[in-house]
Amino acid sequence: METLTAALLSVLPRDSVITDPVRLRTYECDGLTYHRATPGVVVLPATAEQVARVVRLCNDFGVPFVARGAGTGLSGGALPREDGVLIVTSKMRAILEIDLPNRRAVVEPGVTNLAITEAVREQGYYYAPDPSSQQVCSIGGNVAENSGGAHCLKYGFTVNHVEACEIVTPDGDLVTLDRMDPGYDLLGAFIGSEGTLGIATKITVRLSRAPEAVTTVLAAYESIEQGGQAVSEIIGAGIVPAAIEMMDALAIEAAEAAVACSYPEGAGAVLIVELDGPAAEVERQFARLREICAGAFELRVAADAAERAAIWKGRKSAFAAVGRISPAYIVQDGVVPRTALPGVLAAIDRISAEHGIRVANVFHAGDGNLHPLVLFDDAEPGAGERAEVVSGAILDLCIEHGGSITGEHGVGVDKARYMPRMFSETDLDTMQLVRCAFDPEGLANPGKVFPTPRLCGEVPGVRKGVHPLVESGKAEQF
Amino acid sequence: MDPKLINDCVHCGFCLPTCPTYVLWGEEMDSPRGRIHLMKQHVEGTPVTPEMAGHFDACLGCMACVTACPSGVRYDRLIELTRVEVERRHERDPQERAVRGIVFSLFPYPRRLRLTRPVTPLARRMAGYVGRANPSLGAMAALTPRVERRERLPRVVRARGERRAVVGMLLGCVQREFFPQVNAATARVLSMEGCDVVIPPRQGCCGALSVHAGREEQARRLARRTVRVFERAGVNTVVVNSAGCGSSMKEYGELLGEEPGFEVRDLSEFLAELGPVAERHPLPLTVAYHDACHLAHAQGVRSQPRELLAGIPGLEVREIPESAICCGSAGTYNIFRPEAARDLGDRKAKAVGSTGAELLVSANPGCTMQIAAAMRRAGDDIRVAHMAEVLDASLRGVGL
Repeated sequence: METLTAALLSVLPRDSVITDPVRLRTYECDGLTYHRATPGVVVLPATAEQVARVVRLCNDFGVPFVARGAGTGLSGGALPREDGVLIVTSKMRAILEIDLPNRRAVVEPGVTNLAITEAVREQGYYYAPDPSSQQVCSIGGNVAENSGGAHCLKYGFTVNHVEACEIVTPDGDLVTLDRMDPGYDLLGAFIGSEGTLGIATKITVRLSRAPEAVTTVLAAYESIEQGGQAVSEIIGAGIVPAAIEMMDALAIEAAEAAVACSYPEGAGAVLIVELDGPAAEVERQFARLREICAGAFELRVAADAAERAAIWKGRKSAFAAVGRISPAYIVQDGVVPRTALPGVLAAIDRISAEHGIRVANVFHAGDGNLHPLVLFDDAEPGAGERAEVVSGAILDLCIEHGGSITGEHGVGVDKARYMPRMFSETDLDTMQLVRCAFDPEGLANPGKVFPTPRLCGEVPGVRKGVHPLVESGKAEQF
Repeated sequence: MDPKLINDCVHCGFCLPTCPTYVLWGEEMDSPRGRIHLMKQHVEGTPVTPEMAGHFDACLGCMACVTACPSGVRYDRLIELTRVEVERRHERDPQERAVRGIVFSLFPYPRRLRLTRPVTPLARRMAGYVGRANPSLGAMAALTPRVERRERLPRVVRARGERRAVVGMLLGCVQREFFPQVNAATARVLSMEGCDVVIPPRQGCCGALSVHAGREEQARRLARRTVRVFERAGVNTVVVNSAGCGSSMKEYGELLGEEPGFEVRDLSEFLAELGPVAERHPLPLTVAYHDACHLAHAQGVRSQPRELLAGIPGLEVREIPESAICCGSAGTYNIFRPEAARDLGDRKAKAVGSTGAELLVSANPGCTMQIAAAMRRAGDDIRVAHMAEVLDASLRGVGL
């Protein structure tokens, strides 16, 4: 590591290389604090060329590297390697170009998600994906995780809003992947690859026109079942709201404690429904929505932007707000088919009661993306383990109901072990082939996404013989 | 230090974009989340290294992170406790010790400050030379404002018209010696709004600078004295026109272990609660209102000053972009960390300049000096005024 550090200092300014042990430790985890590792060395490059040089040095020395943006990820995707280099993009935060006629902006990876919207808001545009951490999280991290957000129900994920990426490949080449490139959609493969296929150094995002009209409604229900029923009816009626979010009583309590969002008292569940689009359409949908939400004991309609922000405030702060009602917690992320929501929620209740671990529920109800918050006291012996069990059982539930182990937080290090529950050995091997095509040396964020890191070319453990794809000549094993 | 306070942080990172030093440098160790991590390391047994102390010293104490934190982390308490720990355990280099010695034996003592008044024009002219010898002293010299004629305030200023309240008034140290016209305006405004204003002549420094620098003993001594003086004056409310002083005085309970016998209110906060009675005369001006960190973040006073300004006919209030980010003044920060303070000052000057306002209004003498200096550097000179001066002009029907 010393010789590598010396080499890094030859390509980067002195203050862009961190080696002091006390400083290094501040980078030991991202938003998921459960997994920690002090990085071997941290670098803060200021340009794409510097990132490429660092990666090339990692190749020369055979040392793994991990990319990190703002460090807000919730699956440990930016967990450093003790024997590796942590490449932090937080100094690369310039908005390079705004091209409104073509509705594009070119930004560096350290630019925050919200900063893009703020740069074009006055002209009537915005960047659509809106993860709850949007004022903090970086666009580079959004690309790595294919981040979603409350409004992805209607507008899609990061992958639907990125036109091109300049990336540093795992062997240190600077290349551009463009949506318009003929042939394989390599940009599609790259987005959501969680840092295993390279590091984005310049991102061209699509800007969306702010909708003509927006109506935000807060509906309070006595129970989560009633809320869930309303969600099904809304979708069933052919309405595609920009967002449908649900919070249960415990999550409301936390948000109330944190930001005093003043949601209706005594609600067992609140539903936030946002309609947007041309004014006439929003008006028509709103009339229908009112009928569907007749069962709510209180219905609030935001009169202006300030009231809309007030409604969203509780929801957007919910994760961190849980810190007010519990010393520690795990943010889980899973997906179930919308129709399975009531059954799954009831099952989560049962699991929670069985283990004596409270679970608060916050979710993107429209697309069945659950965010159960598993609460525990880390000072209580064994509580952390029980919380882990509950958290895992929830993922099993999702798989059982034909869903997924992650909706938008990524697999990272946290969920790698659940991958075999969702995918067969053959599935995982096929994914490895893709990974190896980009990263034959296995240096880019190793240990993430896949349960057992394999060297490319190594014969998979359980399987005897070569991969069927290789055998049939459809793929090459490096 | 209480590990519970540290464990409240869930590492979500919502504080990062609000932190001035993270905005400048983009490094984890110079963000609130990173600093809390350093505190944790220290509590778990890592000694205070010079690197660690450097990151704590680099914190402006602006408390923007406290506003941003959804988990309710008491970073204000944490950094104060940490600073005490740094003062106790960390040996500073001799030059730094000397500068700190000068600052902390000068600023909290109005009489000593008064002695510097005659040399301030010289200090400003010499700033460049002094700065070459020591950047901190150079910064101090460059910041000194043009001093106004001293105005001696009486012990009591009677209410005009019907008496609606009796309040004590804190004169402050820098405010008293370098901005006497602000104190005079404050007393007039309070009186015109129907308050008897009690101004105990023996009052000294409230202790804010010392609290914010971790000089606990000095802070307690000064705070006790201030409590005694105002308790003897027999007032239930003390009105403060300097944001840094007000925020510290509101926390006397935590510092001294018992609540003082009076409540503390910022001038704007108090006037908003009291409600206006005096007639407002028009002031045809566009003003940019600057949120002092110790008013907006530490005391949560944001809407009241804006409402008071909006209540003046003919006056247009413009919002400054990035208003939540500190201007770099931060008590003694612009003296101890002149470079970072300068960068933040330049950033703020640009934001203020973009509003196109004619006058900058703030409620803290430190901010006013810092932003005025940065605007001068940028060649975009702007007039500055304290909230009290604007209200005073409007109430008296005179120009500003």
